[in-house]
Amino acid sequence: MSSPCADNPGTDPDAVHVGVPYDRDRIDELEERLLEAVERAGYEKASRFAIKLAFEEALMNAFSHGHEGLGDDVEVEVEYRVRPDEVFIAVQDQGPGFTPHEVPDPTLDENLAKPTGRGLMLIRAYMSEVTHNAAGNRVEMRYRRPAD
Amino acid sequence: MAESRLRISKLDGVTQVEFVDRNILDEANIQAIADEISRVVEATPEPKLLLNFANVDHLSSAALGALITINSKVKERRGSLRLANIDPQIYEVFLITRLNKLFEIHETAEDALESFA
Repeated sequence: MSSPCADNPGTDPDAVHVGVPYDRDRIDELEERLLEAVERAGYEKASRFAIKLAFEEALMNAFSHGHEGLGDDVEVEVEYRVRPDEVFIAVQDQGPGFTPHEVPDPTLDENLAKPTGRGLMLIRAYMSEVTHNAAGNRVEMRYRRPAD
Repeated sequence: MAESRLRISKLDGVTQVEFVDRNILDEANIQAIADEISRVVEATPEPKLLLNFANVDHLSSAALGALITINSKVKERRGSLRLANIDPQIYEVFLITRLNKLFEIHETAEDALESFA
């Protein structure tokens, strides 16, 4: 990847493009950096909760499903741009991808007691816009600042 | 064995579990927590289990999955599970996922304890 690595995220702390392996300390560090940028841009607590939740779920989907069977060293690519009116986050894994509309609705009665399958619906619930690439291994999320 | 991420106490036949971590997100950590709670459930014939979320700010969907698995284990042993002290933002996650229909959730640990009687 030609983008800066996680140890050298570039000069703009509000616009980052990095690769991150499945290493909790590295993930926490990146998440903290994102949330600091979000706070600097003046987003309220509820917005920061939503962004943290979606970021976590997207990353865990990438590592648990996208990178299933791959090593922890295989990096997930993360981009984010924090602006006063919108936060953009993209997460791309190196797996074969999935078909988002084939994920069963976890809120149906017959699926309520299933322990998995809620990550994507939570991302959709908390983000303003969620799109996937054709291959199904990249999710792009936009969170628009709520009206005051 | 890794250091426990839980505080476990017993009162009037109810096992209360409190979480040390503010964030319950990481899958390895969630698995360790689920395993520890499962051992408590499996050691009791009809377990009465109260999970107290007073310290918790964030829960991932993987953590919700672990709660569902624990709930199933409790029911298999004809026990009962209550959740309490859930932060309003996290409670909204339960509403969005409709898991408020699956779990018995109380505002406070005291309310939850009384409900076992």
